[in-house]
Amino acid sequence: MFSRAYRAVVTIPPLTWVTVFLVVPYFLMFCYSFWSVSASQSIVHSWNFNNYRQLLTVNVYWQTLLRSMWIAARVTLFALLLGYPLAYLLSFHAGGRKDLYYQLVIIPLWVSYLVRAYAWKTILGSEGLLNTLLQYVHLTRHPLEFLLYSPFAVVLTLTHIYTPFTFLPIYAALEHIPRNLIEASHDLGASPRQTFWRVILPLSIPGVLAGATFAFVLSLGDFLAPALLGGPSGIMISNIVVSLFGAAYNWPLGAAISLCMLLLVVSLLFLSERLEKKWSFS
Amino acid sequence: MATSTKSVEHDIDVKSSSHLLSIRKVAKTFGKNVVLRDISLDVAEGEFLTILGESGSGKTTLLRIIAGFETATSGELWMNGERVDHLPPYKRRVNTVFQHYALFPHLTVEQNVAYGLRVEKQTEADISSRVEQALARVKMTVHAKAKPSRISGGQQQRVALARALVKRPQLLLLDEPLSALDANLRRQMQVELKSLQREIGISFVFVTHDQEEAMVMSDRIALLRMGELEQVASPRDIYARPATAYSAQFIGHTNLLRGNVSQGFLHCNSLSWKTSLADGPTVLSLRPENIRARTQFDRSRPTDTVVFKGKISDRAFHGATELLRVECADGLKFWVRTASQLDPAGEIEFQFNPADAVPIRESAERS
Repeated sequence: MFSRAYRAVVTIPPLTWVTVFLVVPYFLMFCYSFWSVSASQSIVHSWNFNNYRQLLTVNVYWQTLLRSMWIAARVTLFALLLGYPLAYLLSFHAGGRKDLYYQLVIIPLWVSYLVRAYAWKTILGSEGLLNTLLQYVHLTRHPLEFLLYSPFAVVLTLTHIYTPFTFLPIYAALEHIPRNLIEASHDLGASPRQTFWRVILPLSIPGVLAGATFAFVLSLGDFLAPALLGGPSGIMISNIVVSLFGAAYNWPLGAAISLCMLLLVVSLLFLSERLEKKWSFS
Repeated sequence: MATSTKSVEHDIDVKSSSHLLSIRKVAKTFGKNVVLRDISLDVAEGEFLTILGESGSGKTTLLRIIAGFETATSGELWMNGERVDHLPPYKRRVNTVFQHYALFPHLTVEQNVAYGLRVEKQTEADISSRVEQALARVKMTVHAKAKPSRISGGQQQRVALARALVKRPQLLLLDEPLSALDANLRRQMQVELKSLQREIGISFVFVTHDQEEAMVMSDRIALLRMGELEQVASPRDIYARPATAYSAQFIGHTNLLRGNVSQGFLHCNSLSWKTSLADGPTVLSLRPENIRARTQFDRSRPTDTVVFKGKISDRAFHGATELLRVECADGLKFWVRTASQLDPAGEIEFQFNPADAVPIRESAERS
């Protein structure tokens, strides 16, 4: 078919890329996760499971991991609750304005993540827009403190940021439903509500799963939103990893936590792909 | 107040008529595009009516208006003396077999057929017995647990039929349901559909672009051309007495003869024969099978047939018959259908009975 030289030319660059930027770093991380740090702040190359044991036994680590998952789960739920109706409206009831509305949903993605996170800071802060407004209309006398530097702020910001990621696959799934199936359902006597529950929702499940996976995985690994808006109670596991690789200088523990998260995410992706296959019928 | 009186009379007319479905002056426009204009058509109880037309004739739009997927721009739809054109599809006692079957891919064959009963909230016992019956009727019982993607096109077709019939509609709409099947299966399904319709006795409105299919299956054919009805008649009538040049050409092969009548004689190029038609230009339709080669026996006795000579310029073999293109010296060209073997070389004499040349209207110009 193709000459050896041609095959080498097309395969070597991507293979090099994957090796240098994926295989080698992950391998190094894997090694680090079994090493330890000596009292004199140097890496000791002795192999043991201490780091993994710490992750499971030291409260702050496993509790933060659980809290991160809980935050990610809430973000996923809210992103779906916002993204699905939005996708549904666009796909079925937007008429000729479909493309315009689609662009409007996409536009926030063009704005830097950092800018959007800071925007929430100015909205939620004690001198922020929301608190000023609430005090102005005399709903509260003092600024509400829970708005900023709390898990609430993190969930809100991440929901805002990741809703387009749930919207897109759901919208694609809805657009793929042959319209004659909806007509057939009406023809057989099903009301629009029955048609939604019995035809549209089951056929859009692959999109929902893909969207949920995006939202959960991306928010689970997020560290900017909790760093900017989370405060002490809104810290997530990635913030711990960042500090372990930085100020705390405990690369081995950081590597162990990272690998555990990687394992978690990969198994989630695997599971969601299996489920998506089960729910696709084309 | 004249208009209101008129509409009351009109109501009584539609309510008291014995027709299952009455389409009254239905028109449909999409923007500037006129798809249907002034369609009035009745469907009788137990009738097999075919809406026949080329693509773009508006036949599918008309069916979708009856089903309720489209709203007519003007006009009325009556069923059993009740006006239905404002009802959504799920409130009409009409079911549709879709062109591409539209089976629900996430449900099994059985669940597809049960769908229309489940949304009606029938009891499970009732549903399962009716579904079983419907599947048996279309011979799909063995595939009850299969998903639609696992069965063939013909089988999907049967399931779609069962799914619509299990609802016991008064009227079944079929949107080119056989167009995706191969020729053999298609012929078989035509026969099956027709006998099924006779057996259960409900009205079918069948949409197709295939004139042969329309002829085989229908009690009546409504021929649609560019959004208007060209002719509504039984297959035999429409074939023997086409109303217009378009119906004559669309339903079967025909020869269109353009001539002039004066003083009781019709002249068409070098041919002429006695006629009772009024003076002036006229168009006639003469079916190819009504022309035949003249034999020794024909020559031996005087007849009132019209005789012409021509050369065979082209021929198409159809098995039992052969379709010939015959060119005459005066420029006339004929299609001739013959069962006998003719020598293609040289001039051959043909004859036809002038009574078989049926006067028709020139089709109206439409844009």
